Amino acid sequence: MEGSRVSDETIAEPKRRDILFIATGAMAAVAAGAAVWPLLEQMNPDASTLALASTEVDLSAIVPGQIVTVKWRGKPVFVRHRTALEIAAAENTPLTDLPDPETDAKRVKKPEWLVVIGVCTHLGCIPLGHEGDFDGWFCPCHGSTYDTSGRIRSGPAPSNLEVPAYAFLTDTKIKIG
Amino acid sequence: MSGPSKYTPKSPFARWLERRLPILSFMHDSFVAYPTPKNLNYMWTFGAILSFMLIAQIVTGVVLAMHYTPETSLAFDSIEHIMRDVNWGMFLRYAHANGASMFFLAVYLHIFKGMYYGSYKEPRELLWILGIVIFLAMMATGFLGYVLPWGQMSFWAATVITNLFSAIPVVGNSITTWLLGGYSVDNPTLNRFYALHYLLPFVLVAIVAMHVWALHVTGQNNPTGVEVKDEEKETVPFTPYATLKDAFGIGVFLVLFAWLTFFAPNYLGHPDNYIEANPLVTPAHIVPEWYFLPFYAILRAIPNKLLGVIALFSAVIIPAALPWLDFSKVKSARYRPWFAKAFWVFVAVGVGLGYLGSQPAEGGFLIAARVLTAYYFFHFLVLLPVLAKFEMTRPEPASIAASVAAANAVVEDAAHV
Repeated sequence: MEGSRVSDETIAEPKRRDILFIATGAMAAVAAGAAVWPLLEQMNPDASTLALASTEVDLSAIVPGQIVTVKWRGKPVFVRHRTALEIAAAENTPLTDLPDPETDAKRVKKPEWLVVIGVCTHLGCIPLGHEGDFDGWFCPCHGSTYDTSGRIRSGPAPSNLEVPAYAFLTDTKIKIG
Repeated sequence: MSGPSKYTPKSPFARWLERRLPILSFMHDSFVAYPTPKNLNYMWTFGAILSFMLIAQIVTGVVLAMHYTPETSLAFDSIEHIMRDVNWGMFLRYAHANGASMFFLAVYLHIFKGMYYGSYKEPRELLWILGIVIFLAMMATGFLGYVLPWGQMSFWAATVITNLFSAIPVVGNSITTWLLGGYSVDNPTLNRFYALHYLLPFVLVAIVAMHVWALHVTGQNNPTGVEVKDEEKETVPFTPYATLKDAFGIGVFLVLFAWLTFFAPNYLGHPDNYIEANPLVTPAHIVPEWYFLPFYAILRAIPNKLLGVIALFSAVIIPAALPWLDFSKVKSARYRPWFAKAFWVFVAVGVGLGYLGSQPAEGGFLIAARVLTAYYFFHFLVLLPVLAKFEMTRPEPASIAASVAAANAVVEDAAHV
Protein backbone atom coordinates (compact mmCIF):
# COMPACT_ATOMS: atom_id res chain seq x y z
CA MET A 1 0.00 0.00 0.00
CA GLU A 2 2.84 2.39 -0.70
CA GLY A 3 0.89 4.55 -3.20
CA SER A 4 -1.80 5.29 -0.63
CA ARG A 5 0.44 7.63 1.38
CA VAL A 6 0.10 10.35 -1.25
CA SER A 7 -3.67 10.05 -1.54
CA ASP A 8 -4.00 10.13 2.28
CA GLU A 9 -2.84 13.73 2.28
CA THR A 10 -4.98 14.97 -0.57
CA ILE A 11 -8.31 13.18 -0.15
CA ALA A 12 -10.44 13.98 2.92
CA GLU A 13 -10.53 10.51 4.37
CA PRO A 14 -10.72 10.18 8.13
CA LYS A 15 -7.34 9.43 9.57
CA ARG A 16 -6.43 7.89 12.88
CA ARG A 17 -5.75 11.38 14.19
CA ASP A 18 -9.27 12.57 13.24
CA ILE A 19 -10.78 9.65 15.12
CA LEU A 20 -8.64 10.55 18.13
CA PHE A 21 -9.72 14.20 17.96
CA ILE A 22 -13.42 13.29 17.74
CA ALA A 23 -13.17 10.72 20.52
CA THR A 24 -11.26 13.14 22.75
CA GLY A 25 -13.74 15.92 22.03
CA ALA A 26 -16.68 13.62 22.79
CA MET A 27 -15.12 12.54 26.07
CA ALA A 28 -14.40 16.16 26.97
CA ALA A 29 -18.05 17.04 26.33
CA VAL A 30 -19.19 14.16 28.54
CA ALA A 31 -16.76 15.23 31.26
CA ALA A 32 -17.95 18.86 31.05
CA GLY A 33 -21.57 17.70 31.32
CA ALA A 34 -20.73 15.45 34.27
CA ALA A 35 -18.95 18.36 36.00
CA VAL A 36 -21.83 20.79 35.42
CA TRP A 37 -24.54 18.36 36.54
CA PRO A 38 -23.79 18.54 40.29
CA LEU A 39 -23.62 22.33 40.02
CA LEU A 40 -27.19 22.38 38.73
CA GLU A 41 -28.61 19.42 40.63
CA GLN A 42 -27.51 20.83 44.01
CA MET A 43 -30.32 23.36 43.67
CA ASN A 44 -33.04 20.68 43.71
CA PRO A 45 -34.71 19.75 47.04
CA ASP A 46 -32.14 18.15 49.33
CA ALA A 47 -32.55 14.95 51.33
CA SER A 48 -33.80 16.77 54.43
CA THR A 49 -36.50 18.51 52.43
CA LEU A 50 -37.55 15.28 50.73
CA ALA A 51 -37.66 13.46 54.06
CA LEU A 52 -40.34 15.74 55.53
CA ALA A 53 -42.74 13.44 57.37
CA SER A 54 -46.40 13.07 56.65
CA THR A 55 -48.88 14.96 58.79
CA GLU A 56 -51.77 13.53 60.80
CA VAL A 57 -54.86 15.63 61.40
CA ASP A 58 -57.50 15.01 64.08
CA LEU A 59 -60.87 15.81 62.52
CA SER A 60 -63.01 15.50 65.67
CA ALA A 61 -62.48 19.13 66.69
CA ILE A 62 -63.44 20.59 63.31
CA VAL A 63 -67.08 21.69 63.30
CA PRO A 64 -69.22 21.80 60.13
CA GLY A 65 -68.44 24.91 58.12
CA GLN A 66 -64.97 25.26 59.60
CA ILE A 67 -61.73 25.26 57.60
CA VAL A 68 -58.53 24.23 59.36
CA THR A 69 -55.11 24.93 57.86
CA VAL A 70 -52.30 22.48 58.55
CA LYS A 71 -48.73 22.66 57.29
CA TRP A 72 -47.43 19.88 55.10
CA ARG A 73 -44.17 19.99 53.15
CA GLY A 74 -43.94 23.69 54.00
CA LYS A 75 -47.27 24.35 52.35
CA PRO A 76 -50.69 24.96 53.87
CA VAL A 77 -53.33 22.23 53.47
CA PHE A 78 -56.97 23.18 53.92
CA VAL A 79 -59.16 20.64 55.72
CA ARG A 80 -62.75 21.79 55.28
CA HIS A 81 -65.69 20.28 57.11
CA ARG A 82 -68.38 21.00 54.55
CA THR A 83 -72.01 21.74 55.42
CA ALA A 84 -74.84 19.95 53.62
CA LEU A 85 -75.44 23.14 51.63
CA GLU A 86 -71.81 23.36 50.51
CA ILE A 87 -71.78 19.68 49.52
CA ALA A 88 -74.94 20.16 47.49
CA ALA A 89 -73.50 23.25 45.78
CA ALA A 90 -70.34 21.35 44.87
CA GLU A 91 -72.15 18.23 43.66
CA ASN A 92 -74.81 20.05 41.66
CA THR A 93 -72.46 22.24 39.65
CA PRO A 94 -72.60 21.19 35.97
CA LEU A 95 -69.17 20.27 34.62
CA THR A 96 -69.73 22.70 31.75
CA ASP A 97 -69.45 25.59 34.23
CA LEU A 98 -65.92 24.56 35.19
CA PRO A 99 -62.71 25.79 33.52
CA ASP A 100 -60.96 22.63 34.81
CA PRO A 101 -63.83 20.08 34.81
CA GLU A 102 -63.73 17.56 37.63
CA THR A 103 -66.62 16.04 39.59
CA ASP A 104 -66.84 16.70 43.30
CA ALA A 105 -66.90 12.94 43.94
CA LYS A 106 -63.43 12.58 42.42
CA ARG A 107 -62.02 15.24 44.74
CA VAL A 108 -63.23 13.88 48.11
CA LYS A 109 -63.09 10.57 49.94
CA LYS A 110 -66.02 11.48 52.18
CA PRO A 111 -68.40 14.25 51.07
CA GLU A 112 -68.18 16.13 54.40
CA TRP A 113 -64.40 16.39 54.21
CA LEU A 114 -62.57 18.34 51.55
CA VAL A 115 -58.76 18.21 51.75
CA VAL A 116 -56.85 20.46 49.32
CA ILE A 117 -53.42 22.07 49.14
CA GLY A 118 -54.00 25.72 50.04
CA VAL A 119 -51.86 27.18 47.30
CA CYS A 120 -53.45 29.13 44.48
CA THR A 121 -52.59 27.43 41.19
CA HIS A 122 -51.92 30.82 39.62
CA LEU A 123 -48.81 32.16 41.36
CA GLY A 124 -48.76 30.44 44.72
CA CYS A 125 -50.59 32.77 47.11
CA ILE A 126 -52.83 31.40 49.84
CA PRO A 127 -56.55 31.86 49.10
CA LEU A 128 -58.93 33.12 51.78
CA GLY A 129 -61.71 30.71 52.89
CA HIS A 130 -65.46 31.42 52.78
CA GLU A 131 -64.90 34.23 50.32
CA GLY A 132 -65.52 34.90 46.65
CA ASP A 133 -68.63 34.46 44.53
CA PHE A 134 -68.74 30.69 45.05
CA ASP A 135 -68.22 30.74 48.82
CA GLY A 136 -65.18 28.53 48.48
CA TRP A 137 -61.95 30.49 48.38
CA PHE A 138 -60.81 33.82 47.00
CA CYS A 139 -57.17 34.56 46.20
CA PRO A 140 -56.26 38.10 47.28
CA CYS A 141 -53.28 38.34 44.96
CA HIS A 142 -54.84 38.20 41.53
CA GLY A 143 -58.50 37.53 42.17
CA SER A 144 -59.01 33.82 41.39
CA THR A 145 -62.15 32.30 42.95
CA TYR A 146 -62.67 28.67 43.90
CA ASP A 147 -65.89 26.84 44.81
CA THR A 148 -66.70 24.61 47.80
CA SER A 149 -64.90 21.75 46.07
CA GLY A 150 -61.74 23.86 45.61
CA ARG A 151 -62.33 24.03 41.87
CA ILE A 152 -61.30 27.12 39.91
CA ARG A 153 -64.33 29.14 38.82
CA SER A 154 -62.98 32.53 37.71
CA GLY A 155 -59.73 34.49 37.52
CA PRO A 156 -56.29 33.74 36.11
CA ALA A 157 -55.57 30.44 37.91
CA PRO A 158 -55.43 27.61 35.36
CA SER A 159 -56.48 24.63 37.48
CA ASN A 160 -58.30 23.41 40.60
CA LEU A 161 -56.70 23.43 44.02
CA GLU A 162 -54.60 20.29 44.18
CA VAL A 163 -55.82 17.33 46.28
CA PRO A 164 -52.87 15.84 48.18
CA ALA A 165 -52.47 12.11 48.77
CA TYR A 166 -54.19 11.35 52.07
CA ALA A 167 -55.97 8.48 53.81
CA PHE A 168 -58.51 8.09 56.61
CA LEU A 169 -56.77 6.29 59.48
CA THR A 170 -59.99 6.26 61.52
CA ASP A 171 -63.30 8.06 61.07
CA THR A 172 -61.85 11.13 62.77
CA LYS A 173 -58.21 11.06 61.72
CA ILE A 174 -56.48 11.50 58.40
CA LYS A 175 -52.86 11.19 57.34
CA ILE A 176 -51.63 13.53 54.64
CA GLY A 177 -48.66 12.40 52.53
CA MET B 1 -12.79 56.76 20.18
CA SER B 2 -10.11 54.65 18.67
CA GLY B 3 -6.87 55.95 17.23
CA PRO B 4 -3.39 56.53 18.61
CA SER B 5 -3.28 57.53 22.26
CA LYS B 6 -3.09 61.23 23.12
CA TYR B 7 -1.34 60.36 26.35
CA THR B 8 2.34 61.03 26.90
CA PRO B 9 3.76 59.72 30.17
CA LYS B 10 5.62 62.45 32.05
CA SER B 11 7.25 60.84 35.06
CA PRO B 12 9.83 58.02 34.87
CA PHE B 13 7.43 55.76 36.80
CA ALA B 14 4.61 56.48 34.33
CA ARG B 15 6.97 55.62 31.45
CA TRP B 16 8.02 52.41 33.22
CA LEU B 17 4.39 51.42 33.85
CA GLU B 18 3.18 52.42 30.40
CA ARG B 19 5.69 50.11 28.66
CA ARG B 20 4.47 47.15 30.74
CA LEU B 21 0.75 47.83 31.21
CA PRO B 22 -0.69 50.80 29.30
CA ILE B 23 -3.34 51.47 31.94
CA LEU B 24 -2.53 55.18 32.28
CA SER B 25 -3.04 55.88 28.59
CA PHE B 26 -6.19 53.75 28.67
CA MET B 27 -7.64 55.78 31.55
CA HIS B 28 -6.51 59.04 29.94
CA ASP B 29 -8.07 58.20 26.57
CA SER B 30 -11.30 56.94 28.17
CA PHE B 31 -11.98 59.54 30.82
CA VAL B 32 -9.85 62.60 30.06
CA ALA B 33 -9.23 63.04 26.34
CA TYR B 34 -12.35 61.15 25.22
CA PRO B 35 -14.24 63.54 22.94
CA THR B 36 -17.87 64.26 23.91
CA PRO B 37 -20.28 66.13 21.64
CA LYS B 38 -20.45 69.72 22.85
CA ASN B 39 -24.24 69.94 22.64
CA LEU B 40 -25.03 67.23 25.25
CA ASN B 41 -27.77 68.20 27.71
CA TYR B 42 -28.30 67.06 31.31
CA MET B 43 -30.07 63.87 30.21
CA TRP B 44 -26.56 62.70 29.31
CA THR B 45 -25.44 62.77 32.94
CA PHE B 46 -27.41 59.64 33.84
CA GLY B 47 -24.62 57.32 32.70
CA ALA B 48 -22.37 58.78 35.39
CA ILE B 49 -25.24 58.85 37.91
CA LEU B 50 -25.88 55.16 37.24
CA SER B 51 -22.20 54.27 37.61
CA PHE B 52 -22.23 56.12 40.92
CA MET B 53 -25.36 54.26 42.07
CA LEU B 54 -23.91 50.86 41.15
CA ILE B 55 -20.81 51.55 43.23
CA ALA B 56 -22.90 52.98 46.08
CA GLN B 57 -25.10 49.87 46.11
CA ILE B 58 -22.09 47.55 46.13
CA VAL B 59 -20.40 49.47 48.95
CA THR B 60 -23.51 49.67 51.18
CA GLY B 61 -24.40 46.09 50.25
CA VAL B 62 -21.02 44.65 51.21
CA VAL B 63 -21.10 46.31 54.62
CA LEU B 64 -24.71 45.19 55.22
CA ALA B 65 -23.63 41.64 54.38
CA MET B 66 -21.25 41.83 57.34
CA HIS B 67 -24.26 41.99 59.68
CA TYR B 68 -27.01 40.08 57.90
CA THR B 69 -27.82 36.38 58.43
CA PRO B 70 -29.40 34.46 55.53
CA GLU B 71 -31.25 31.86 57.59
CA THR B 72 -35.04 31.83 57.87
CA SER B 73 -35.20 31.86 61.67
CA LEU B 74 -32.60 34.65 61.97
CA ALA B 75 -32.90 36.80 58.84
CA PHE B 76 -35.75 39.05 59.98
CA ASP B 77 -34.15 39.59 63.38
CA SER B 78 -30.78 40.30 61.81
CA ILE B 79 -32.38 43.16 59.86
CA GLU B 80 -33.77 44.59 63.11
CA HIS B 81 -30.31 44.06 64.60
CA ILE B 82 -28.86 46.15 61.77
CA MET B 83 -31.54 48.79 62.34
CA ARG B 84 -31.11 49.04 66.12
CA ASP B 85 -27.69 47.77 67.18
CA VAL B 86 -25.18 48.12 64.36
CA ASN B 87 -23.33 51.44 64.29
CA TRP B 88 -24.93 53.53 61.55
CA GLY B 89 -26.85 50.39 60.57
CA MET B 90 -30.16 52.15 60.09
CA PHE B 91 -28.57 54.69 57.75
CA LEU B 92 -26.73 52.01 55.78
CA ARG B 93 -29.84 49.90 55.31
CA TYR B 94 -32.03 52.85 54.35
CA ALA B 95 -29.36 54.04 51.92
CA HIS B 96 -29.22 50.58 50.33
CA ALA B 97 -33.00 50.11 50.11
CA ASN B 98 -33.66 53.62 48.79
CA GLY B 99 -30.53 53.35 46.66
CA ALA B 100 -32.26 50.56 44.74
CA SER B 101 -35.18 52.90 44.04
CA MET B 102 -32.88 55.71 42.98
CA PHE B 103 -30.94 53.29 40.77
CA PHE B 104 -34.15 52.30 38.99
CA LEU B 105 -35.33 55.92 38.73
CA ALA B 106 -32.03 56.80 37.02
CA VAL B 107 -32.13 53.77 34.72
CA TYR B 108 -35.68 54.54 33.59
CA LEU B 109 -34.71 58.15 32.79
CA HIS B 110 -31.59 56.86 31.02
CA ILE B 111 -33.69 54.46 28.92
CA PHE B 112 -36.28 57.14 28.10
CA LYS B 113 -33.48 59.48 27.04
CA GLY B 114 -32.20 56.81 24.65
CA MET B 115 -35.71 56.30 23.28
CA TYR B 116 -36.35 60.02 22.74
CA TYR B 117 -33.07 60.73 20.97
CA GLY B 118 -32.97 57.44 19.03
CA SER B 119 -29.74 56.40 20.69
CA TYR B 120 -30.43 52.75 19.88
CA LYS B 121 -30.01 53.25 16.13
CA GLU B 122 -27.11 52.27 13.92
CA PRO B 123 -24.28 52.01 14.98
CA ARG B 124 -25.35 51.74 18.65
CA GLU B 125 -27.61 48.64 18.48
CA LEU B 126 -25.32 46.46 20.56
CA LEU B 127 -24.74 49.25 23.06
CA TRP B 128 -28.52 49.45 23.47
CA ILE B 129 -28.98 45.69 23.82
CA LEU B 130 -26.24 45.56 26.47
CA GLY B 131 -28.22 48.27 28.25
CA ILE B 132 -31.35 46.11 28.24
CA VAL B 133 -29.28 43.19 29.58
CA ILE B 134 -28.10 45.50 32.38
CA PHE B 135 -31.74 46.41 33.09
CA LEU B 136 -32.67 42.71 33.31
CA ALA B 137 -29.77 41.97 35.65
CA MET B 138 -30.82 44.97 37.77
CA MET B 139 -34.37 43.63 37.99
CA ALA B 140 -33.11 40.22 39.08
CA THR B 141 -30.76 41.77 41.64
CA GLY B 142 -33.47 44.08 43.00
CA PHE B 143 -35.93 41.20 43.37
CA LEU B 144 -33.39 38.92 45.08
CA GLY B 145 -32.43 41.67 47.49
CA TYR B 146 -36.04 42.40 48.37
CA VAL B 147 -36.46 38.80 49.57
CA LEU B 148 -33.59 38.97 52.06
CA PRO B 149 -35.31 40.94 54.91
CA TRP B 150 -37.69 37.96 55.13
CA GLY B 151 -40.78 40.02 55.77
CA GLN B 152 -44.23 39.17 54.47
CA MET B 153 -43.70 41.08 51.21
CA SER B 154 -40.30 39.43 50.77
CA PHE B 155 -41.76 35.97 51.18
CA TRP B 156 -44.75 36.47 48.91
CA ALA B 157 -42.74 38.29 46.27
CA ALA B 158 -40.43 35.27 46.19
CA THR B 159 -43.43 32.95 45.94
CA VAL B 160 -45.16 34.84 43.13
CA ILE B 161 -42.03 35.48 41.06
CA THR B 162 -40.71 31.91 41.26
CA ASN B 163 -44.19 30.64 40.43
CA LEU B 164 -44.07 32.65 37.19
CA PHE B 165 -41.87 29.83 35.91
CA SER B 166 -44.52 27.25 36.77
CA ALA B 167 -46.51 28.64 33.83
CA ILE B 168 -44.06 26.99 31.42
CA PRO B 169 -45.76 23.90 29.98
CA VAL B 170 -44.57 20.43 31.10
CA VAL B 171 -41.34 21.40 32.91
CA GLY B 172 -42.65 24.52 34.71
CA ASN B 173 -43.26 22.95 38.12
CA SER B 174 -39.88 21.19 38.07
CA ILE B 175 -38.16 24.49 37.27
CA THR B 176 -39.96 26.24 40.14
CA THR B 177 -38.99 23.44 42.55
CA TRP B 178 -35.41 23.66 41.29
CA LEU B 179 -35.32 27.44 41.80
CA LEU B 180 -36.78 27.13 45.31
CA GLY B 181 -34.81 24.09 46.42
CA GLY B 182 -38.05 22.73 47.85
CA TYR B 183 -41.80 22.75 47.40
CA SER B 184 -42.25 26.22 48.82
CA VAL B 185 -40.10 29.25 49.60
CA ASP B 186 -37.94 28.24 52.56
CA ASN B 187 -34.41 28.26 53.93
CA PRO B 188 -32.73 26.82 50.78
CA THR B 189 -34.43 29.60 48.78
CA LEU B 190 -33.24 32.36 51.12
CA ASN B 191 -29.69 30.97 51.12
CA ARG B 192 -29.33 30.86 47.35
CA PHE B 193 -31.05 34.22 46.87
CA TYR B 194 -28.47 35.74 49.20
CA ALA B 195 -25.60 34.12 47.30
CA LEU B 196 -26.98 35.34 43.97
CA HIS B 197 -27.80 38.80 45.30
CA TYR B 198 -24.14 39.12 46.24
CA LEU B 199 -22.94 37.74 42.89
CA LEU B 200 -25.10 39.65 40.38
CA PRO B 201 -23.83 43.19 41.09
CA PHE B 202 -20.36 42.07 40.04
CA VAL B 203 -21.81 40.54 36.88
CA LEU B 204 -23.44 43.94 36.40
CA VAL B 205 -20.04 45.63 36.71
CA ALA B 206 -18.75 43.41 33.89
CA ILE B 207 -21.73 44.14 31.61
CA VAL B 208 -21.52 47.85 32.41
CA ALA B 209 -17.83 47.73 31.41
CA MET B 210 -18.85 46.28 28.03
CA HIS B 211 -21.64 48.88 27.73
CA VAL B 212 -19.13 51.71 28.30
CA TRP B 213 -16.62 50.04 25.98
CA ALA B 214 -19.21 49.85 23.20
CA LEU B 215 -20.12 53.49 23.89
CA HIS B 216 -16.51 54.55 23.57
CA VAL B 217 -16.20 52.74 20.23
CA THR B 218 -19.26 54.36 18.62
CA GLY B 219 -19.08 57.65 20.50
CA GLN B 220 -22.05 59.26 22.21
CA ASN B 221 -25.26 60.19 20.48
CA ASN B 222 -26.34 63.81 21.04
CA PRO B 223 -29.61 65.78 21.07
CA THR B 224 -29.53 66.36 17.30
CA GLY B 225 -28.96 62.68 16.53
CA VAL B 226 -26.48 63.83 13.85
CA GLU B 227 -23.14 62.09 14.19
CA VAL B 228 -19.97 64.03 14.99
CA LYS B 229 -18.38 65.11 11.69
CA ASP B 230 -15.60 67.42 12.86
CA GLU B 231 -14.06 66.25 16.11
CA GLU B 232 -12.15 69.50 16.47
CA LYS B 233 -15.16 71.80 16.20
CA GLU B 234 -17.96 69.63 17.57
CA THR B 235 -16.52 67.89 20.60
CA VAL B 236 -14.96 68.86 23.90
CA PRO B 237 -12.72 66.62 26.01
CA PHE B 238 -14.44 64.48 28.67
CA THR B 239 -12.34 66.13 31.36
CA PRO B 240 -13.12 68.74 32.50
CA TYR B 241 -16.34 69.33 30.55
CA ALA B 242 -18.29 66.08 31.00
CA THR B 243 -16.61 65.21 34.29
CA LEU B 244 -17.79 68.40 35.96
CA LYS B 245 -21.23 68.34 34.34
CA ASP B 246 -21.64 64.72 35.50
CA ALA B 247 -20.45 65.67 38.98
CA PHE B 248 -23.08 68.41 39.13
CA GLY B 249 -25.76 65.97 37.89
CA ILE B 250 -24.75 63.46 40.58
CA GLY B 251 -24.94 66.26 43.16
CA VAL B 252 -28.50 67.18 42.22
CA PHE B 253 -29.46 63.50 42.15
CA LEU B 254 -27.93 63.02 45.60
CA VAL B 255 -30.19 65.74 47.00
CA LEU B 256 -33.23 63.60 46.16
CA PHE B 257 -31.48 60.42 47.33
CA ALA B 258 -30.51 62.05 50.64
CA TRP B 259 -34.00 63.45 51.14
CA LEU B 260 -35.53 59.99 50.67
CA THR B 261 -32.97 58.28 52.88
CA PHE B 262 -33.10 60.76 55.75
CA PHE B 263 -36.63 62.17 55.67
CA ALA B 264 -38.83 59.51 54.07
CA PRO B 265 -36.89 56.24 54.28
CA ASN B 266 -40.01 54.07 54.28
CA TYR B 267 -42.04 56.13 51.85
CA LEU B 268 -41.41 53.69 48.98
CA GLY B 269 -41.56 50.56 51.15
CA HIS B 270 -44.49 48.50 52.38
CA PRO B 271 -45.46 48.24 56.07
CA ASP B 272 -46.21 44.53 55.54
CA ASN B 273 -42.50 43.89 55.13
CA TYR B 274 -42.01 44.74 58.81
CA ILE B 275 -44.07 41.64 59.61
CA GLU B 276 -41.96 38.50 59.62
CA ALA B 277 -42.57 36.05 56.76
CA ASN B 278 -45.48 33.69 57.42
CA PRO B 279 -45.86 30.85 54.91
CA LEU B 280 -49.48 30.30 55.97
CA VAL B 281 -50.86 33.83 55.47
CA THR B 282 -50.75 35.88 52.28
CA PRO B 283 -51.12 39.65 52.86
CA ALA B 284 -54.46 40.98 51.66
CA HIS B 285 -52.90 43.21 49.02
CA ILE B 286 -49.51 42.29 47.63
CA VAL B 287 -47.69 44.66 45.32
CA PRO B 288 -44.09 44.74 44.17
CA GLU B 289 -41.73 47.68 44.60
CA TRP B 290 -42.72 50.70 42.48
CA TYR B 291 -40.14 49.97 39.77
CA PHE B 292 -41.82 46.68 38.85
CA LEU B 293 -45.41 48.00 38.91
CA PRO B 294 -45.90 48.60 35.15
CA PHE B 295 -44.86 45.03 34.38
CA TYR B 296 -46.94 43.70 37.26
CA ALA B 297 -49.97 45.50 35.82
CA ILE B 298 -49.34 43.79 32.47
CA LEU B 299 -49.11 40.38 34.17
CA ARG B 300 -52.42 40.87 35.95
CA ALA B 301 -54.18 42.39 32.95
CA ILE B 302 -54.19 39.05 31.15
CA PRO B 303 -56.69 36.49 32.47
CA ASN B 304 -54.59 33.48 31.47
CA LYS B 305 -51.61 32.31 33.49
CA LEU B 306 -49.23 31.34 30.67
CA LEU B 307 -50.15 34.28 28.43
CA GLY B 308 -49.85 36.68 31.37
CA VAL B 309 -46.33 35.48 32.07
CA ILE B 310 -45.41 35.65 28.38
CA ALA B 311 -46.77 39.22 28.20
CA LEU B 312 -44.77 40.20 31.29
CA PHE B 313 -41.47 38.91 29.93
CA SER B 314 -42.18 40.24 26.42
CA ALA B 315 -42.84 43.71 27.83
CA VAL B 316 -39.43 43.69 29.49
CA ILE B 317 -37.54 42.28 26.49
CA ILE B 318 -39.26 44.10 23.62
CA PRO B 319 -37.27 47.36 23.90
CA ALA B 320 -34.20 45.34 22.84
CA ALA B 321 -35.79 45.13 19.37
CA LEU B 322 -36.13 48.92 19.05
CA PRO B 323 -33.23 49.32 16.56
CA TRP B 324 -35.22 47.22 14.10
CA LEU B 325 -38.79 48.23 15.01
CA ASP B 326 -37.97 51.93 14.63
CA PHE B 327 -35.96 51.88 11.43
CA SER B 328 -36.31 55.59 10.60
CA LYS B 329 -32.93 57.03 9.61
CA VAL B 330 -33.66 60.20 11.62
CA LYS B 331 -32.57 59.56 15.20
CA SER B 332 -33.68 62.46 17.35
CA ALA B 333 -37.33 63.10 18.19
CA ARG B 334 -36.54 66.80 17.63
CA TYR B 335 -36.96 66.25 13.92
CA ARG B 336 -39.79 63.71 14.18
CA PRO B 337 -42.97 65.55 15.31
CA TRP B 338 -45.23 62.50 15.38
CA PHE B 339 -42.63 60.25 16.93
CA ALA B 340 -42.15 62.86 19.66
CA LYS B 341 -45.89 62.84 20.43
CA ALA B 342 -45.92 59.02 20.40
CA PHE B 343 -42.98 59.04 22.81
CA TRP B 344 -44.79 61.18 25.39
CA VAL B 345 -47.95 59.09 25.06
CA PHE B 346 -45.78 56.01 25.67
CA VAL B 347 -44.27 57.60 28.79
CA ALA B 348 -47.78 58.41 30.04
CA VAL B 349 -48.89 54.82 29.34
CA GLY B 350 -45.89 53.50 31.28
CA VAL B 351 -46.69 55.73 34.26
CA GLY B 352 -50.37 54.79 33.98
CA LEU B 353 -49.52 51.09 34.02
CA GLY B 354 -47.39 51.74 37.09
CA TYR B 355 -50.35 53.34 38.86
CA LEU B 356 -52.67 50.49 37.86
CA GLY B 357 -50.14 47.94 39.09
CA SER B 358 -50.44 49.46 42.56
CA GLN B 359 -54.24 49.17 42.56
CA PRO B 360 -56.33 46.01 43.05
CA ALA B 361 -56.88 44.09 39.82
CA GLU B 362 -60.64 44.52 39.55
CA GLY B 363 -63.36 46.58 37.88
CA GLY B 364 -62.28 49.75 36.10
CA PHE B 365 -58.63 49.30 37.07
CA LEU B 366 -58.53 45.96 35.29
CA ILE B 367 -60.16 47.33 32.14
CA ALA B 368 -57.77 50.30 32.10
CA ALA B 369 -54.80 47.96 32.60
CA ARG B 370 -55.93 45.90 29.60
CA VAL B 371 -56.26 48.97 27.40
CA LEU B 372 -52.84 50.29 28.40
CA THR B 373 -51.22 46.86 28.03
CA ALA B 374 -52.58 46.66 24.50
CA TYR B 375 -51.26 50.15 23.80
CA TYR B 376 -47.82 49.26 25.22
CA PHE B 377 -47.37 46.52 22.65
CA PHE B 378 -49.11 48.55 19.92
CA HIS B 379 -46.52 51.30 20.43
CA PHE B 380 -43.61 48.97 19.80
CA LEU B 381 -45.03 46.55 17.25
CA VAL B 382 -47.28 48.80 15.13
CA LEU B 383 -46.85 52.50 15.79
CA LEU B 384 -43.05 52.70 15.62
CA PRO B 385 -42.67 50.72 12.36
CA VAL B 386 -45.54 52.72 10.77
CA LEU B 387 -44.04 56.04 11.84
CA ALA B 388 -40.60 54.92 10.64
CA LYS B 389 -42.07 54.27 7.21
CA PHE B 390 -44.57 57.10 6.73
CA GLU B 391 -43.66 60.00 9.01
CA MET B 392 -42.70 63.30 7.35
CA THR B 393 -39.59 64.26 9.29
CA ARG B 394 -38.23 67.79 9.64
CA PRO B 395 -34.83 68.48 8.06
CA GLU B 396 -31.95 67.59 10.31
CA PRO B 397 -29.16 70.14 10.76
CA ALA B 398 -26.17 69.54 8.51
CA SER B 399 -23.96 69.01 11.53
CA ILE B 400 -23.74 69.53 15.28
CA ALA B 401 -21.72 72.67 14.58
CA ALA B 402 -24.48 74.04 12.31
CA SER B 403 -27.12 73.25 14.95
CA VAL B 404 -25.12 75.00 17.68
CA ALA B 405 -24.46 78.01 15.42
CA ALA B 406 -28.18 78.29 14.62
CA ALA B 407 -29.11 78.12 18.31
CA ASN B 408 -26.52 80.82 19.13
CA ALA B 409 -27.89 83.04 16.35
CA VAL B 410 -31.38 82.81 17.85
CA VAL B 411 -30.00 83.79 21.26
CA GLU B 412 -28.10 86.74 19.76
CA ASP B 413 -31.16 87.93 17.85
CA ALA B 414 -33.14 87.88 21.05
CA ALA B 415 -30.40 89.88 22.78
CA HIS B 416 -30.46 92.57 20.04
CA VAL B 417 -34.23 92.93 20.29
